[in-house]
Amino acid sequence: MADVVVEQGQAVRAARARKPTSLRNVLGRKSTVAFFLTLPLILLIALLVLYPAVYSVHLATLNKSMQKFVGFGNFLFLFKRDTFWMVVKQSCIFAVTAVFFKALIGFIVAHFVHNIPAKGQRKWRGMLLVPWVIPPAMSTLAWLWLFDPSYSAFNYTLSFFGIGPINWLGDNVWARFSVILVNIWYGAPFFMIMYLAALKSVPDQLYEAAAIDGANWWQKIWYVTLPMMRNIIAITALFSLIVTFANFDIVRILTSGGPLDQTHIFATWAFKVGIEGSDIPLGASVSLFMVPILAVAAIFILRDVSKRGNEA
Amino acid sequence: MSTLAIDKAGPSRKVKYGSMSRDRAWALRWSYFFLVLFAIFFLTPPIYMLITSLKSSAEISAATNPWWVFHPTLSNYVELLTSNQFLRFFWNSSIVSLAVVLVTMLISVPAAFALARMKFWGSATLATGVFLTYLIPDSLLFIPLFKMLAMVQELTGITLLNRWYVLLFIYPTLTVPFCTWIMIGYFASIPKELDEAALIDGASWLQTLTRIFIPVALPGLIAATIFAFTVSWAQFLYPLVFTTSVDQLVLPVGITTTLIKGDVFNWGQIMTGALLGAAPPLIIYAFLMDYYIAGLTAGATKG
Repeated sequence: MADVVVEQGQAVRAARARKPTSLRNVLGRKSTVAFFLTLPLILLIALLVLYPAVYSVHLATLNKSMQKFVGFGNFLFLFKRDTFWMVVKQSCIFAVTAVFFKALIGFIVAHFVHNIPAKGQRKWRGMLLVPWVIPPAMSTLAWLWLFDPSYSAFNYTLSFFGIGPINWLGDNVWARFSVILVNIWYGAPFFMIMYLAALKSVPDQLYEAAAIDGANWWQKIWYVTLPMMRNIIAITALFSLIVTFANFDIVRILTSGGPLDQTHIFATWAFKVGIEGSDIPLGASVSLFMVPILAVAAIFILRDVSKRGNEA
Repeated sequence: MSTLAIDKAGPSRKVKYGSMSRDRAWALRWSYFFLVLFAIFFLTPPIYMLITSLKSSAEISAATNPWWVFHPTLSNYVELLTSNQFLRFFWNSSIVSLAVVLVTMLISVPAAFALARMKFWGSATLATGVFLTYLIPDSLLFIPLFKMLAMVQELTGITLLNRWYVLLFIYPTLTVPFCTWIMIGYFASIPKELDEAALIDGASWLQTLTRIFIPVALPGLIAATIFAFTVSWAQFLYPLVFTTSVDQLVLPVGITTTLIKGDVFNWGQIMTGALLGAAPPLIIYAFLMDYYIAGLTAGATKG
């Protein structure tokens, strides 16, 4: 991306060098115009993104009434609480499992859609992307109703197979399974769309060459498809890792962290502690623990995106 | 192209092709089989929403087959669409989303133009910074933003917390970075001969933007608009934190907080509300699917 900007900037400058710049007043000068065009963006990012981000670090060092500086007191307090370590563990399990299955299901579904004749693909693609289009807060309500303890539609269906009633959201293990399942359901279509776009960009000649060399379908996937899609798989997975790790809606609506805080992840626990428990500094400290993982993922995404830019 | 020629030249090609097409027929059947399975998995919740929304509460509590409507009724829809409270949520959501789309476009289109075409000090860094901002999630910022709004409210005396209009300032932090990023991609793909020609003809930078870049990059603009609308419509965390009074709520928060009264779940109404709340994005998606998908994939493939 950056290279494109540089290249075009120079081209435009060269074009402008031929023109008599002395006729232009200060307001017409390129850098002045550019400054005013980007000013709202810079203000927005500085005031409502960067400042709050820095401010949350400051908040995390105050005591509950926000009168006294306590340094790392909040962090040390968190380290001593079992709930905190449970949240760390659950966040990691939640994010890694969900992203893995989203990627897997997305990849499989994209392959099937890519396999069928081109004129039917649009219809299937349209149908399969619906979970991503519905606002997650709305669709999670539908899942909550499907999981309902007394009228659960799932348990009704399972009873025909002789599988006893499952306490979907009340049991530790099942509740963890349920929040991950809903997250997979919501996110897999996004992977499907990204992979489908990537699959279409793999030249057919490569598959033909592989077929002539006697490759079976698995070898075609392993030696042709995956290497060609490596970059897009990495970007999508890392991006999804950030979004899943910072997820709030699904866990909040489905379980509110229960049973016994077993399904809390960073965002929902920070909300519970910081807003509902009105201990803003502690809530800020909890959410700050997301930063290291987000930062690592962001660095890798940035590297991959700029690599794509250079290849193109 | 060259393989096509080889295809025709290969003498044993016909035999090979026959077996491949038989393989392909089986692969096709399996593909359809699994696609149907996945479609069932992906479409069960929305269909179940629809089924429940057509049931009366008596039918819901009678433990009949949950997957079938025996006595379809529209009473849930009538009740919600005549309830002032629900219409208020819908109205708040519409106003907020449309205004946020407008604000987002006014900020991100000029900025994207400047970043894509006018090289200035720090422009490359700023473009990268915009992308990084997009990766900062809402769940990291809601606590400091809440405290900031409370402080501004104390200092200036303007009520900010518990007012829907505060969302107009907050939502652009979610929409502007991504929209700017994809607009940079679309603008950078416009051939530079176009704007050179305009500059030679004496057009100013602003004229180049409005007369050339915006019309040419219209598909990108539509994709960015759809993105901004759906994100603002679906946002749940910020309104949950910043607004509490019933008349200030937007749809997602309104449905989850008011329709669930204590332990009593009126599922027929909740599902109807959820379906109506999901309707605007779904309708936009149904009509503008290609733009929607273009916006979705542009983030990683453009730029």
